[in-house]
This record gives sequence, C-alpha cells and structure tokens, in this order.
Amino acid sequence: MPDSEMVNHKISSVTNKNCVRDICLASHDVITDAGPLLTISEKISILSYNGGAMVAMKGKECVAIAADKRFGIQAQTLSTNFEKMFQMGPRMYLGLPGLATDTQTCHSKLRFRLNLYELKENRHIHPKTFAAMVSNFLYERRFGPYFVEPVIAGLDPVNFTPYVCNMDLIGCINEPEDFVVGGTCSEQLYGMCEVLWEPDLSPDDLFEKISQALVNACDRDAISGWGAVVHIIERDKITTRHLKTRMD
Amino acid sequence: MVSTMQSVCDVPAIHNAGPKAASFNPYADNGGSIVAIAGNDFAIIASDTRLSSGFSVYTREQSKLFKLSDTTVLGATGCWCDTLTLTRILEARMQMYLHEHQKCMSTAAVAQMLSTMMYYKRFFPYYISNILAGLDDEGKGCIYSYDVIGHCEKAKFRAGGSAGALLQPLLDNQIGLKNMENVDVQTINVEKALAVIKDVFISAAERDIYTGDSILIKVITKDGIRDENFPLRRD
Repeated sequence: MPDSEMVNHKISSVTNKNCVRDICLASHDVITDAGPLLTISEKISILSYNGGAMVAMKGKECVAIAADKRFGIQAQTLSTNFEKMFQMGPRMYLGLPGLATDTQTCHSKLRFRLNLYELKENRHIHPKTFAAMVSNFLYERRFGPYFVEPVIAGLDPVNFTPYVCNMDLIGCINEPEDFVVGGTCSEQLYGMCEVLWEPDLSPDDLFEKISQALVNACDRDAISGWGAVVHIIERDKITTRHLKTRMD
Repeated sequence: MVSTMQSVCDVPAIHNAGPKAASFNPYADNGGSIVAIAGNDFAIIASDTRLSSGFSVYTREQSKLFKLSDTTVLGATGCWCDTLTLTRILEARMQMYLHEHQKCMSTAAVAQMLSTMMYYKRFFPYYISNILAGLDDEGKGCIYSYDVIGHCEKAKFRAGGSAGALLQPLLDNQIGLKNMENVDVQTINVEKALAVIKDVFISAAERDIYTGDSILIKVITKDGIRDENFPLRRD
C-alpha cells in the first residue's frame, strides 16, 4: 500500500501546475490543461471516510459477528462508542460498515421494511430472506448508492443453521461457507481469518478466533479499532462482549 | 480554480490543449510477497515465486530473493525491472566496497546503503518493496524493511509486497504475540518460524492473486544459507 501512495504523492507534485496555471491566466498566456492528473492524487473512497472494520464467522450451531467501535472523520477520531451492528431479529444481526451517515440511514430504512414484513407475515424473517431484502434495497440506489458494505449473521429461525453473508454497496450478495469481512481493513481481516478459521468451532472458540482476527487486523489499520464488540449468536442465547484494545 | 481566476483577472479561458504527449507509465506491478523473521542466531526470508502482470502469469518459478553475501539476503517485489536494476547496482557497489576495504559488507552497512540508493531516486523512485534479512556483526538475526523512497526500519519480523497487508497482522499475533494474554515470551526457533511462514503464505495465496505457485525460503545461519521450497496453490 505505501508504495502506491508514494506514486500518488509523486503525481501530486504535478498539481503545482495549478499554480503555474493561475500565473499564466494573470499574464494572459495560453494554458495547457493539466486535467486528469489533478484527480488521481485527490481520489479517496467515501467508503473509507469514517473508517471501521467488521467480520462475521460461522461456527458449529452458532455464528459470531464483531466490529470495532471507532467513529472518525478521516484520521481524526471523534468517538469510540459508535454502533454499526444492529439486532434485526431474535437470532440475527446486521452490520453496516462504511460511511457512518449511511450506516444510520440504511439501518432505519431497513428496520422500517423489516417491520412491514413482520406485520404482513406475522413471523420473524429468515436471514437469507433478509439478505435479499437488503440487496434489493441497495440495488434501488444502483446509480447513487449508499456507501455501506452490509454484513449479515444469524441462525435460521426454523432449523437454526448458521448463516453469514456480505454484499457490496449495490447489493451483490456473497454467501460463503466460512466467514465474511467488511470495512477499511478487510485485507488484514482476510489474512487473519484465513489462518484462524476452521470448521465446527464451539461458541467459546469462535469468540476467541473472531476477537483475535478483528483486534490484530484493526491494529494494522489507522482508522479502525478503539475498542470492539463481539456478538455470539446461539440457539438459546446471544452473548455480547466488549473487547479492550489498544487505543491509538 | 480556473473559474475563480477568470473572474478575478477577467480573462476568458483559452482552451487550447496544444500538442499532447501520449501518456507512458514507466512502472509495472509484477506482484509477489515477502516475509522475513529474525531469531537470536538466524534469519529467515521467504518469497513466493509467481511473477505476474495483471491477470497473466509470466512465470511460476521466479525467485525474488537475492543473496548479497554469506550473511545477507535481499527480498524485493514490485516492479520487476526496477528490482533487476537495483540489485545489479547493489551488487556492483558491494563489489567496490570489497575491493576498497578488503572485507565483505556487513548486513547493517548494506541496509544503510540500500536506503541511500533508494532515496537517491527520490523523485523517480524504484517501485520496489524491499526487505533485507541477515545476521549482524554479532551473529544475531536482523530484518530491515523499506518503503519505495528508502525509509528504513529495523524489525524482528516483517511482511511486504502485494499480500503484505494480509500477512503482517498475523505475524504481529503469532510472532510478536500481540493481543495475547498469559503467554510465555520465548525466543523463536527456526522450526516455529518456518511453520508460521508456510501457514501465512498458504492463506495469502487464497486471497491474493499476485501471490502463489510456491515459496522459496532462505534460512541464514552462521553456517551459511540453506534453501527450502514449498508448493502453494497455482491458480
């Protein structure tokens, strides 16, 4: 990563042309357009404006979802108790890492749709059905998307099979066997999860694995961390633990 | 910017693009990852052997490790042509040092020279992620890692290259014992280091398309440098 940033840094020195251009304008000179060179160095994804990390893992008759607590604006941390995981059913959580304003908007809009579903159907939603609902909701904004990468973790309300999925900001669903990640340190999370995860983890082991994965990944990301929350969802209970992490 | 200046100077903008040079990108990203771990009396450095560009694989058996002396090995990934140029000059300058001082360059000296050589190209950098592994003057293992313009940091373990972000947090956890409670801090041995290196490369090959095919490991001890191979997934 630092490599590509350095190249960008190199290119940004070209932005000095901007000043040259101003001088030229003043002295009535012909200007050549510096054009696209200016945009390269200034491009930053709105998905990484606030920072944050999220991971969900399957275990044996249980699932876990975990996220950090930071809320900031680029490098400046504003609070360390930001909520980005929401309970959307008795055994289901929805995580919305990404742009914080969209996290909150999407949460309330999806809560609304879910309430309508539950009133109409008079039953709790299946995680898979809820994933379709989220996907459909996001794709409605295909050309002006909400900047969130949702993560869903839950147990099927009928047969209690574990379910995890994530999707991109326009609702393309990914339903893997093992784990899903989201947020600004997803590369680090992939590296950690790929080594730590194994099939049929017990709830206690699952907690240890997901916590180590999240905390160590966050420590290598400047805009994630500052505390973490882990939810372990089992058939008969949900255990929520708050992790102490390094605060820098 | 333009419009503000217009109103200030009251000069119409002249959109004469003039002659434009076809854009040329002097850099290529040929991928590859490196992991290095230092112990009390050894240093291990490993790289994958895939050389690629975009979605195409150039070769599955390209070592990215360069033996510079009996106690120093350089791992370099990124722009392969820059790697070749840098290592060629590096070897030449080590040869000059040898003739001038009648002794081989120490690992610390190579580390400093590498930093200088990278910074010398500050405004047209070598697009390389370097990790230098070796034994210091006391025979202890040491690792130096660099950014593209020659910032140098000494470390005990380091991951770099295309899968650097995937590999490093795991090394922090397993080698640096970060975020671990009730663990006995003991010095790492060769067997444990090799096992961790193989594990992390297997995981990196799962998720990073620029890392794979196999890994080449060099174990540096006072008795010399030993090679080891380990296959990775080739897709």
